[in-house]
Order: sequence, then C-alpha cells, then structure tokens
Amino acid sequence: MDLDFTTEDDAFRAEARDWLAAHVPARPLPSLETSEGFAAHRAWERTLSTGRWSAVSWPVEQGGRGASILHWLIFEEEYYAAGAPGRVSQNGINLLAPTLFEHGSPEQRARILPAMASGEVIWAQAWSEPESGSDLASLRSTAVRVAGGWLLNGQKAWSSRAAFADRAFGLFRSDPGADRPHRGLTYLMFPLDAKGVTVRPVGRLDGKPAFAELFLDDVFVPDEDVIGEPGRGWQVAMSTAGNERGLTLRSPGRFTAAAEKLTALWRDEADPADTALRDRVADAVIRSRAYRLFTYANASRIAAGASIGAESSLNKVFWSELDISLHETALDLLGPRGELSDEAGEAPADGSWADGYTFSLAGPIYAGTNEIQRDIIAERLLGLPKGRRS
Amino acid sequence: MKFLLDDEQAEFGRTLDRMLTAADTPAAVRAWGDGDTGRGRALWARIAEAGVFALAVPEAQDGMGLLPVELAVSFVELGRHAVPGPLVESVAAGVLLGGLAERGDTAAADAWLPRIASGQAMVSLALAEGGPYALDADAADVTFVVTGADAPGTAELRTTAGHGPVQPSLDPARRLARPLPGTGATLAISPAVEAAATAAADWAAFATAAQTLGVGLALVERTVAYAKQRTQFSTTIGAFQAVKHRLADALIGLEFARPLVHGAAVALSGKSADAGAEIAAAKVAAGEAAYAAARTALQLHGAIGYTAEYDLSLWIRKARALRSAWGTPSACRARVLAGPVAPSPGVSPATGPAQVP
Ligand SMILES: Cc1cc2nc3c(=O)[nH]c(=O)nc-3n(C[C@H](O)[C@H](O)[C@H](O)COP(=O)(O)OP(=O)(O)OC[C@H]3O[C@@H](n4cnc5c(N)ncnc54)[C@H](O)[C@@H]3O)c2cc1C
Repeated sequence: MDLDFTTEDDAFRAEARDWLAAHVPARPLPSLETSEGFAAHRAWERTLSTGRWSAVSWPVEQGGRGASILHWLIFEEEYYAAGAPGRVSQNGINLLAPTLFEHGSPEQRARILPAMASGEVIWAQAWSEPESGSDLASLRSTAVRVAGGWLLNGQKAWSSRAAFADRAFGLFRSDPGADRPHRGLTYLMFPLDAKGVTVRPVGRLDGKPAFAELFLDDVFVPDEDVIGEPGRGWQVAMSTAGNERGLTLRSPGRFTAAAEKLTALWRDEADPADTALRDRVADAVIRSRAYRLFTYANASRIAAGASIGAESSLNKVFWSELDISLHETALDLLGPRGELSDEAGEAPADGSWADGYTFSLAGPIYAGTNEIQRDIIAERLLGLPKGRRS
Repeated sequence: MKFLLDDEQAEFGRTLDRMLTAADTPAAVRAWGDGDTGRGRALWARIAEAGVFALAVPEAQDGMGLLPVELAVSFVELGRHAVPGPLVESVAAGVLLGGLAERGDTAAADAWLPRIASGQAMVSLALAEGGPYALDADAADVTFVVTGADAPGTAELRTTAGHGPVQPSLDPARRLARPLPGTGATLAISPAVEAAATAAADWAAFATAAQTLGVGLALVERTVAYAKQRTQFSTTIGAFQAVKHRLADALIGLEFARPLVHGAAVALSGKSADAGAEIAAAKVAAGEAAYAAARTALQLHGAIGYTAEYDLSLWIRKARALRSAWGTPSACRARVLAGPVAPSPGVSPATGPAQVP
C-alpha cells in the first residue's frame, strides 16, 4: 500500500500544471449559467482541447490522452488548484461520453466525441420529467417508430444548461405496452434547435436561467441517434447514472482546492477563540482528505481489475454533503460579508463562495437524491430488504 | 501508487478475525471487566503468536520492524472483536523503546522489547499526550511513564509497579489508574526520551483510530443482522426506510474513515513529516464515525441494546471511551489545521481565480 507517484506521474502533473499556469484566465469567467458566460466557457473548452486537456482519459483518436484513471485524478487536482473555470461541457464529457464508450457504435463515437471535446457541441441531459424525478422509470415522453427513425413527444424538466446547449440525450418510452416500467425505453440524442423542440429557461435558486424545460412535439430523430438497442434504454441509462454518481462527476480535486481556500480564509479571518468554527474548518479538511484517499483507493481497485458498483452511492452522498458544509463554513467565517453575492462590489476576493454555496445546495437533489442513494446503500451494500419502492 | 491492501495484508486480517471469532472473545471481555484477567491473558498470548505485537518492534529486538499498515489491519480486527487489555499501550511502548534504541540507547529496548513482541509482557503506558491514567495498569506486568519533560532534555522514562485506585471507565472492560510516582526504576534520561515519547503517542493515537474503526464496523454489522431478523408491524424492521437510512449513514462515516486510517499508516511508513496531522484526521474521523454507529446501533436495537447482558453493549461503550483516548477530538482537530490540507501527494495551494461550482 503506497501513495507514491512515479516520475512519470510527476512529469504528467508538471506538464498539466505548467500548461494550466500559462492558460487559465487571469480573471474568473462570468458564470457559465448566463449566455455571456456560456460563450466564454465554450471558448475555454476550445482552448483546453487545443492543449488536449479537455478529455484526458479518452483515447488519443478521439482527442484525449489515453490517460489512466490516476492521471485523470492528478489532472483534476491541478485543474482545481489552478482555479480553472467550471466545465460547461461536463454533461457530455462525464455522462454521455462514458455511455458512448460502453454502448455507442464506432460511428457514433467518431461523429460525436471530437465535437464534444472541442466544445463545439455542448450537451444537456434530458432525463427528468415534471412527474418523473426519483422514479425515473415512470417517465412518459414517447418515441414512436417511423421510417428511418423516431418521433419524440412529451416534456422534459430541469435540464441543466439546456437553455444554451446544442444537443440533448434522454430516455423515451418506445413500448407503452411493456410489462414493467423499466422495459420498453429507448435512449436517444436530439438537437435542441430541431423542429418541434421548445426550450423554456427556468431560473434556478440563484435566479440564473441555468436549466430549462423542454417541450417536444413530433421531433424527428434518425436511427443513427439511438444509443444501444431500442427498448433497452434503461440498461444504457444505468451505466450513465453510475458515472454520474461515481468517480467521474466529482473528482476530489475540487474539494481539496476548496478546503485549501477555506483554511486560508480561516487563518486570515477567524477569531482564534472560536473553537466551534475551527472544528468545522478542521472537519471540512478531514473530509476532503477522506474523499481524496477514498478515491485513490477506488482508483487502485479499478487499476487492479475491479469495478465499482453500488459503492458509487457512498461517494454521491459524501461529496454532496461535504460540498455544502465547506461552503456553509466559509460563509459563517466571513461573518456579515457572508451574505454578499459574488457580484457584490465588496464580495470576498478569494473565490466564489456565494455562488458555490447556492450551487452546493442542489447536490443532494441531482444525480439521484441522497434519499435514493441511501436506499441503494442499505439494500445493495448492507443487504437490507427492499422497502415499498418498487 | 497502489492505495490498496495487498493479498497478504487482507489475509492477515481474515486470519485474526477467524481466530478471535473462535476464541469467544465476548466472554473474555466480560471476565476482564470483572477483574478476572485469565481469559484475556490467554487471548493476549494468541494475538502475540499471530504476530501483532511484533509489528511495532525493531528486528534487532525480535520484532518485525515497524509495519503500520499491518498494524492498522490488526487493530481494526481487535476493535471489531472488542478485545480487552492495554493493546494500544503495548504497541506504543514498543515504539517508544524502539525509538530510544534507534537513538543509541539500547538497554531498555533489549530488556523489554523481545518480551513485548512475544506477548510475555503486557505493558501499559502513561504519557502526557494520553492523559493522567494508564489503561489496565492493574493487569499489566509493568507500566511505563515518561515524566519531567518540562525543560528540554530532562524527560525521564521510568517503570512503575504500583498504581492508585482503579477508576472505572464507562467501558467496563477499560480499567484506568494513575501510575504511582517513585516506584520502579529509571530506564533512561536523555533528549531522546522526549522524541521517542512523542512518536509513541502518535502511534498510540494511530492504533486507537484503527481500533475505533473496527468497533464501528462491528456495531454496523451487528445492527444490520438484527434489523434483518427483528419483526415489528409484520415486517422486518430493516425494510423501514428510517432504519435503512440511519444504517447507510453509519456505513458512509466508516467507509470514509477507513482510507484516513490507511493514509495515516502510509504516512507512518514513509516517516512523513505530516504524519501527525494524518493520524489526527484518522482519529477524528474514526472516532466520530464509530460513535455515530454506536448511537445508531443502540437506537435500532431498541431496549435490548440497552441491556448489559446483550453483547452489543461491549462495543457501544467502547466507542465512547475510545473517542477521548490518546487524543481528544478537539486536540486532533487543532492538529489537523496545523498541517497541510492536502499532504504529499501534493496539490499546491490554490492560486488564481478559483471557481468552485
Ligand atoms: C441543480 C439541478 C440540476 C439538475 N439537472 C438535471 C439535468 O441536467 N437533467 C435532468 O434530467 N435532471 C436534472 N435535475 C433533476 C434531478 O435529476 C431531479 O431533481 C431528481 O432526480 C429528483 O427528482 P424530483 O426533483 O422530481 O424530486 P422527487 O423525486 O419528486 O422527490 C422529492 C423528494 O422526495 C424524496 N423521495 C422520492 N422518492 C423517494 C423514496 N423512494 N424514498 C425516500 N424519499 C423519496 C426525494 O428524495 C426528494 O427529497 C437537476 C436538478 C437540480 C436541482
């Protein structure tokens, strides 16, 4: 058991660090949840891809570096330590791409991945519906077979960044007569500017038009945009969900970077006699470190040939709660300035604590709510009986 | 980088588990609490035979050198089985004497370490970092104390044969007493004593963290088994979501404490300068997780969990006692903040316009 990096690992880290130092914008980009910020972030994706840093773990043919999971973790640590911008293409890179690697055709990978890596096509995830959140399999939007493809109808909700994105991927009911709700679903991709698609931006808790409702009215999708077998969309979706909760959505780098900043803030701002606040800072540091080591252990398991299953639910609950406590603690440390929004003239200069806080509040809701994750942990990891959830 | 137990290390844990299961450890724990140490000593001999005490004794004194990863694996098992006795203290005493030997003072090491490694000597230890009491001084063959570290170079390592009255702990299997000053012999007075004692306290905190993790794991394992079998409202209580979610949270706490315990072991193997902060982080996380597991275990067992007859009590009470042994949560948190946030493998402090979401 060791945590030693090889000279090759160190060289990779140094290369990433040098490149980021030379390219990370000197001033923060405007929020990616605004149209101006979205464009700036798209340009950043292009810059990343010119350095071949936008999707380091992908094969070289698709614009990646074929990096191991360990190198991916190293890259992410450097990325967040450098204060680089949030990733506007994350739905594509972290969710759709792994799904295509597992279930897509070679033609789909060749067509879709390079444009994703360069930021030319930004993807949105269109899973949830107004009546189907946690119980995703109850979804009602339909895909009906027509010559050469499918016609989509229905409504999708809470689709992150769909207000500005180019294309979406989602699940549709293609066999209404199937005996169980998980059967007869098909996984499809469609353009957000296609005929029949209406996008209605919805303000988030922070007021930004960062997600959208999608209304689909006889939207035609060709056969080449079905992922996996028609009718077996649930299986495809479950591999996406594993990625969403597990390693690829939340690398430890962002939490260790935030814990660094929090500690610096504590050293600068805190009343040393306030041991209650000190203990919360210490806990945030301890937990970000625990998350990092947990991830290294998982990376080692994967490198040794194991696969991570329901364990990804442990991750999901842990990082989402850690994210909130990191930000809450920072706002409390800031005292009266803790209520200032990031746009305020006197907002703290050391980072986006207010935006980060508001965003962190969504963590226990998206990517499968933490209640659902706890069910999975209890049933699949502890072996407790299934409850009334079907 | 391979942050994973190797097959031998994992097998070592399984072997200890089998041995401690077969040995009817709960009976030894209860006897120990009643002051009858015979079964506990027999268990001690078997643990020594399995090699546990040799893991913190240098090879020159019949040990296996310092093997912190194996030590973590074994202390998780000792905690899972609620093994009684000054286990942590014997290991830490090994580190202390080994540290003196490394600095050239081999007399005490040669006299005591082979006996510690072989299990012949059951040793307790009192250091300033661990508070005023020595654990199980009444059962131990000898208690080591370090005193007089007020001025540099004046620290003195002594043995004490006597102790004050036994102070019951809220874990009946832990018996606390103040060592009596002035009894026994002086083993060493030198600047090396201070450094060796500091290292010993770190190892004691580390072994306690691993032991605590094991206590927490046992609490969850036992409670899951109970929740699968206990029926109320015509259904097993484990099917109730409120029950499931508490157990899921208990598991999350423990599963994220485990890598910190292993991380501390790696820091100790590398003699990293940051090991103190790593150990403190592990101690806090394991302590909080095991304590939360104890609260959950008690709640989900209902009244039967509140009875002394039922074995669950052996772990519930230990989880609380270990929280403050060898480093209170508050002292450990302060120590974490004195160290780097992301110790080697390193991430340099954030520069530039860090943006979090
Ligand atoms: C910021 C943000 C971004 C999002 N982005 C996307 C996106 O890009 N694409 C997309 O498709 N969706 C997205 N979502 C939607 C998200 O996936 C859903 O919100 C989530 O699945 C929960 O569904 P719901 O909101 O309908 O809540 P419900 O499912 O209605 O749940 C409401 C509450 O009931 C609880 N509950 C439900 N069932 C159970 C149960 N069996 N046991 C215990 N408690 C239960 C839930 O845990 C929750 O607390 C996003 C959401 C947010 C907040």
